[in-house]
Amino acid sequence: MCIGVPGQLLEIDGWKAMVEVGGARRETNVMLISDAAPGDWVLIHAGYAISKVDEAEALETLGYLREITEGLGAELAGDTAPEIA
Amino acid sequence: MTIAKGIDLGTLDDLVEGFRDPAAARVITAEIAVLGASLEAKGIEPRLMEVCGSHTVAIFRSGIRDLLPSNVKLISGPGCPVCVTSVAEVDRAIAIANTPGTILTTFGDMMRVPGTSTSLEKEKAEGADVRVVYSPLDALNLAAEKQATGGDERIVFFAAGFETTAPTVAAAILQAADMGLSNFYIQSTHKTIPSAMRGLLDTPELGLSGFICPGHVSAIIGARAYDFIADEFKVPAVVSGFEPLDILMSVKMLLAQIDEGRAEVETEYGRIVSDEGNPRAIEVLDQVFRVSDAEWRGIGTLPNTGLVLRSEYERFDAPLAFDVRVEPGRDNPACECGEILRGLKAPTDCKLFAGVCTPENPQGACMVSTEGSCAAYYKYGRDES
Ligand code: SF4
Repeated sequence: MCIGVPGQLLEIDGWKAMVEVGGARRETNVMLISDAAPGDWVLIHAGYAISKVDEAEALETLGYLREITEGLGAELAGDTAPEIA
Repeated sequence: MTIAKGIDLGTLDDLVEGFRDPAAARVITAEIAVLGASLEAKGIEPRLMEVCGSHTVAIFRSGIRDLLPSNVKLISGPGCPVCVTSVAEVDRAIAIANTPGTILTTFGDMMRVPGTSTSLEKEKAEGADVRVVYSPLDALNLAAEKQATGGDERIVFFAAGFETTAPTVAAAILQAADMGLSNFYIQSTHKTIPSAMRGLLDTPELGLSGFICPGHVSAIIGARAYDFIADEFKVPAVVSGFEPLDILMSVKMLLAQIDEGRAEVETEYGRIVSDEGNPRAIEVLDQVFRVSDAEWRGIGTLPNTGLVLRSEYERFDAPLAFDVRVEPGRDNPACECGEILRGLKAPTDCKLFAGVCTPENPQGACMVSTEGSCAAYYKYGRDES
């Protein structure tokens, strides 16, 4: 029930905002975040943006994940593929 | 109105898909195996609890339990808000829904939660006006529409949820006050997570070695809210996201801490969770709600784990506005939800599991919500013990 989805703010009009989530436009409410601006990535839960996505952190973690699949780790892993959905 | 410029839509795929890469999962699983072996050599069998029900579902769906070394156990905790809503509160919502001139709104999962003798879904079939909403805003908009068109129904939102959801309900209350609505009420069964975790740490028979902390509760309250776990109880905690790689990385971080004899609060989910959380959401939450004791289904009353409306917003309080009386609620006595929610038993330990109690005919709340431990075991892992 605490599930949230990331989306990107397109337009803001007071507390109401349009956000793009997975290619679809949705209305959301930005009353719970400060300094929201179009272009910002936010986490949406129950019709409200509840947090901003820290893009620098996201890119850093993604960079780390890419690194480990290219480096030594890949050898360590061998070739047994776990089933992840 | 402002229009966004230079939107980079490619990033969204990375934000989700980037955390599902099977190659990275293989590497992290291998690292976890190494840590598992090191701990086994020291005779350590870590018991890690995922507190949040959304983590429970993600763990089952992605088959993560099967990827872990046999000495590492994942235990599901009490973080399914529907599951911990007390029978008495469900009975109260049903009584409110049956008051003439009332429209009771709630999240879909609440519909089938058994009260003492019936559920909201059954009462709806009998004619009560009960409606499923996706956001407290839907309930607010319904109230605004009724008030504008002279409808005299009272709109009640039966609110369950932790710190993730409670600020959205607080925001709806502030908006209702702003709009001058006199027909909008909430029944708050909101609960807070850190104090409940303290209760779990005070249960020595659980023997917890680490916590996977809820990602979206933490987006609001911040990672520092868990400092007491490391400082007072010397138990490691990692705030985790919900994709398979998030959970694997969090398990790895916890095992590394245990292996190195550290107990710290770390954040794997830095793209969403900061140390301080979301100050604006906390402000709205504090403006509308105050902390109280709360009854957790199957567990009992836990001090300082509930959120009730402050006196300034009492006029929105459904239990005050509706003069309904409910007896102390009664659960099916054979239901083991309470022990399961505290991680003391697994769903398969319950005699009713998968026989008398199924998602179609739930006997306890843990079987109702898709995030309940019993429902997750039923769907994904029936042969586990
Ligand atoms: S299987 Fe059903 S009756 Fe047993 S603990 Fe779970 S919800 Fe309760």
